[in-house]
Amino acid sequence: MSISTAPRRPWINPKALVMIAYIVFLLLPIYWLINMSLKTNEEIISVFTIWPRHLTFANYKTILTDPAWYMGYVNSMIYVVQNVVISLAVALPAAYAFSRYRFMGDKHLFFWLLSNRMAPPAVFALPFFQLYSSIGLFDTHIAVALAHTLFNVPLAVWILEGFMRGVPKEIDETAYIDGYAFPRFFVRIFMPLIASGIGVAAFFCFMFSWVELLLSRTLTSIDAKPITAVMTRTVSASGMDWGVLAAAGVLTIVPGALVIYFVRNYIAKGFALGRV
Amino acid sequence: MEKTLNQKAWFLVLPVFLLVAFSAVIPLMTVVNYSLQDTFGNNKFFWAGLEWYTELLHSERLWSAFGRQIIFSAIILAIEVPLGVFVALNMPKKGVWASLSLVLMALPLLIPWNVVGTIWQIFGRVDIGLLGHTLAALGIDYNYTRDPLAAWVTIITMDVWHWTSLVALLSYAGLQSIPEAYYQAAKIDQASRWSVFWFIELPKMQGVLMIAILIRFMDSFMIYTEPFVVTGGGPGNATTFLSIDLVKMALGQFDLGPAAAFSLMYFLVVMLVSWVFYTVMTNLDKKAGY
Repeated sequence: MSISTAPRRPWINPKALVMIAYIVFLLLPIYWLINMSLKTNEEIISVFTIWPRHLTFANYKTILTDPAWYMGYVNSMIYVVQNVVISLAVALPAAYAFSRYRFMGDKHLFFWLLSNRMAPPAVFALPFFQLYSSIGLFDTHIAVALAHTLFNVPLAVWILEGFMRGVPKEIDETAYIDGYAFPRFFVRIFMPLIASGIGVAAFFCFMFSWVELLLSRTLTSIDAKPITAVMTRTVSASGMDWGVLAAAGVLTIVPGALVIYFVRNYIAKGFALGRV
Repeated sequence: MEKTLNQKAWFLVLPVFLLVAFSAVIPLMTVVNYSLQDTFGNNKFFWAGLEWYTELLHSERLWSAFGRQIIFSAIILAIEVPLGVFVALNMPKKGVWASLSLVLMALPLLIPWNVVGTIWQIFGRVDIGLLGHTLAALGIDYNYTRDPLAAWVTIITMDVWHWTSLVALLSYAGLQSIPEAYYQAAKIDQASRWSVFWFIELPKMQGVLMIAILIRFMDSFMIYTEPFVVTGGGPGNATTFLSIDLVKMALGQFDLGPAAAFSLMYFLVVMLVSWVFYTVMTNLDKKAGY
């Protein structure tokens, strides 16, 4: 007979307590934004309420019925999607080359790519404005998408290269012996193997393009104005319309939340850039 | 993995090379060009040589922005890295709760940066914000638009709120890769919680922590949108970091020459520090047998 010496489990798991405290800290400001978006402006300014007394969806209605507002979301989505497609299309072959071959200047090229991820967007704001104006792309979605490739392509290459390292080289060699040409091998065999890596890279490109303001604001004026810029400009037009501002903020969180949900199982590995 | 020498691999990297050359090299050349010239408008430029650089190197404004930037990056790294590791150690390892905490923790990372600013601008306001109102009710004098200290506290809290999850998720990924056998061996040796952390968990997290520090350093060093929305660089110049100062100079006052010289020096500093991190990181990769 053995005597159990294990200590009794405490009533509350201290680990859970830490997590709850941290997540409450994360969610409280977001809750406050949602709370405000469901109030009328009078309620926001006149009384301090922890939850809305007079629940209203008028703020959301304003945004979803006014083209000046909702086109902001459409514009943002358009250039974000364009950016993800362009970034992945060029990053995939490059990442393969970096993960499989040595070639002249490979290390320098890799660091040069990364150095663009390190470049402060503020440095590029003015030259981009002039570059895209001079080739007639100012205020188009593709201009913003191209500008964002500056930091998204290096990141995509970095992430994909990390994932591709994990695929044994024997797979490539077997496929070549079986008579696969490179393009067919790459699309049919290799890409499915690193599908989660592609998903994670797409997620990151989406994320950094979606959250960026400085470049997208500088490169657009009317036709391609992103929601983030719409928010900063409309705010000061007729005093502070707190309710609508909060509602617009809440709506910018939704796409991100949806995307996270889809990649939740790969998030941790993805943030480690495939290097665990 | 042993890599084979193959110069044809250049064809695979060519698209990336051309694209990045278009969106990085051409603008950068413009910047170099401006930084060496002076203009009085009308698109007439005069050769200025290194004048702007020497002027900036003696400029009080640049150095104080630089100082604030260093202090800011140091503070947020000192808070976010230990806190992120601590949170990661407390995360559930698998199951529904693990997925749920991953999703909730990643949420702040996906919020557009100006909305992050807006959230904290509202949250900290004494009249309509939960934080500001609560602090005022407790009798604490807190006003981030007037008091530089309050502005700094707000911006640092905001950054911790925004980015600690990144460090936590990275560390979590590192922890997940530790085989269960390691913990069992430690248990047999009756290792303390502290030595498990110090000799098993921390070394295994080293690689991902370097990535975390690299990313957090780069991004905090070029922070623009969030403090701009919350404080606009104020009160006075208290929270004017390098990017805010640069945008003021380039797009606000249209001082092309000094702004361009500023840009280049700024870029070089970021690159230098990142290069050091990157070298350390690739050496760790090699040690790990990649």
